[in-house]
Amino acid sequence: MSRLATTFARCKAEGRAALVTFVTGGDPNPAATPAILDALVEGGADVIELGMPFTDPMADGPAIQRANIRSLAAGTRTADLLRIATEFRQRHPDVPLVLMGYANPMVKRGPEWFAHAARNAGVDGVISVDIPPEEDQELGPALRAAGIDFIRLATPTSDEQRLPTIMDGASGFIYYVSVAGITGMQQAAQASIDAAVARLKRYTDLPIAVGFGVRTPEQAGPIGKVADGVVVGSAIIDIVAEHGEHAAGPVRDLVASLAAALR
Amino acid sequence: MTLTNTFRAQPDDSGHFGQFGGRYVAETLMPLILDLEREYRAAKEDPAFAAELDDLLKHFVGRPSPLYYAERMTEHVRATAAPGKGAKIYLKRDELNHTGAHKINNCVGQILLALRMGKTRIIAETGAGQHGVATATVAARFGLPCVIFMGATDVERQKPNVFRMKLLGAEVRPVTSGAATLKDAMNDALRDWVANVHDTFYIIGTAAGPHPYPELVRDFQSVIGKEAREQILEREGRLPDLLVAAIGGGSNAIGLFHPFLDDPEVAMLGVEAAGHGLDTDAHAASLAGGEPGILHGNKTYLLQDEDGQITEAHSISAGLDYPGIGPEHSWLHSIGRVEYSSATDKEALEAFQTVCQVEGIIPALEPSHAMVAVFKRAAEMDRDQIIIANMCGRGDKDIFTVADALGVEI
Repeated sequence: MSRLATTFARCKAEGRAALVTFVTGGDPNPAATPAILDALVEGGADVIELGMPFTDPMADGPAIQRANIRSLAAGTRTADLLRIATEFRQRHPDVPLVLMGYANPMVKRGPEWFAHAARNAGVDGVISVDIPPEEDQELGPALRAAGIDFIRLATPTSDEQRLPTIMDGASGFIYYVSVAGITGMQQAAQASIDAAVARLKRYTDLPIAVGFGVRTPEQAGPIGKVADGVVVGSAIIDIVAEHGEHAAGPVRDLVASLAAALR
Repeated sequence: MTLTNTFRAQPDDSGHFGQFGGRYVAETLMPLILDLEREYRAAKEDPAFAAELDDLLKHFVGRPSPLYYAERMTEHVRATAAPGKGAKIYLKRDELNHTGAHKINNCVGQILLALRMGKTRIIAETGAGQHGVATATVAARFGLPCVIFMGATDVERQKPNVFRMKLLGAEVRPVTSGAATLKDAMNDALRDWVANVHDTFYIIGTAAGPHPYPELVRDFQSVIGKEAREQILEREGRLPDLLVAAIGGGSNAIGLFHPFLDDPEVAMLGVEAAGHGLDTDAHAASLAGGEPGILHGNKTYLLQDEDGQITEAHSISAGLDYPGIGPEHSWLHSIGRVEYSSATDKEALEAFQTVCQVEGIIPALEPSHAMVAVFKRAAEMDRDQIIIANMCGRGDKDIFTVADALGVEI
């Protein structure tokens, strides 16, 4: 079983949702990222999403936009991200690591190059915000051949007609984007999340992780009652923005409070 | 499999022009993009839609635009050309349209689609402000609220157009991310759209973005080439030898070119913005200086670094200041059907002044880039040959930029 499957199964056995945490790689600089990733794990994160910075993060709100800008301004390159992933895998052999970002930096050197580089770095899954199922051939076949899950997104606009297309070829988990909007803004009503997760479950046996607008333990707790995973990003990014190179401690504290809310 | 000898059958069913184009958008937008495609197919088959569009183009936009023989520009070229050289120069006068540019052709088409889809709010991005003005215009005409995203840098250099949009009732939102130009305006328009999919129609201004935008913008702009084809046949009894148009995203160029693509005797030249020069890092020539990549919903040539990070474009012309190009141009470039060259800021400024003084037309800075190539090519072509160049916008909006570049205080 893959690290992702093992982790979601373990959380399920423990009767709780997995805590999935996102940070932008290289924010505030590449040298600071490893300690922040370690803080996520120490705080109790089950799955780590490592954001690949991009100049044009079209699906992201101001917090993650600024994180991308800080990372690129600090000189973060694709090679830095892959090195950060490789070293993370050496320190944390069992914690699933997912690269998340936009298509262009992923496909620039060709899909096979990226898939092999990601596999060699110990990456378990990839989320590409702007590759919908219709453009799967851009990256999907290469990732699957390398044994990496290409994680699909579902949204409030994914109706019954759309869901089979999304689930066809999906693996790892389904990332449910709970609001039609950009990252870090408003939170979805709990009732709409309950209904959406129930709907998704009719179309897939994969774990469902719910994200977008989830910032506090008070929000994470109820979502964790219905979903298999809860994703928190912008709230962590805000702490990195505030504390910069000294963010590890405060990040660990926030993550610990989120993890506690899911237990 | 059916092989067809046509360059006009693109894109394919999945929205690709060869390897270019496609639908690279966030999942939230996919159902809407698919809806738009269905609705556009239905509209294309609907005589009532065509009738309403034609009526608006005629009475609101002022079409057809004249095809004008630029006699003095032609003489200007012949004065210094080799004996027997100096092609006849015709200008397709799309700068005479309502709102002063070709952009309105597409906006009237898209707002009819928006109404058809029951959308009640309009958004758009703009660079030079021409597309913003055209969008604000049709939104006012049909009584829909409208938000225009515009880079803060462009807001500063295109003040008259910002005021026009406000007069037309639009809200102009300055975008401060990145270099605060067209690319960043498009990012913020996409962010708004994804948060307001239920009621909002995004009127994209150029033949780029996710399928079906490149196709439908091209179709709405093809009125330029269809008219030009009829007009030149009537005037000269034959097709032109060369078509020339400026390329930012490339909507005016594809609009002129597309109806001629299957006429092998008609050569075509798209002119990109070379800014300070192709040998500098301050230009906007995606084909000459870029590589294929994915941005803003489509795969196309992009200015980018070795990691796939998008690099900033530069042009004196805000309308060409974009690091990408419409996917159909990338395809036409890759198969060699259309030739692409470039003109620098300096060359465009010179051509701008020449056209003003010689022909009595103040061109926008965008078609001034095309005019650079027109002067060069006309001098190399025989006198009995014909060039049609797209005068896609008027230069009233640019006089402050030009004055500044020439060191003149108004």
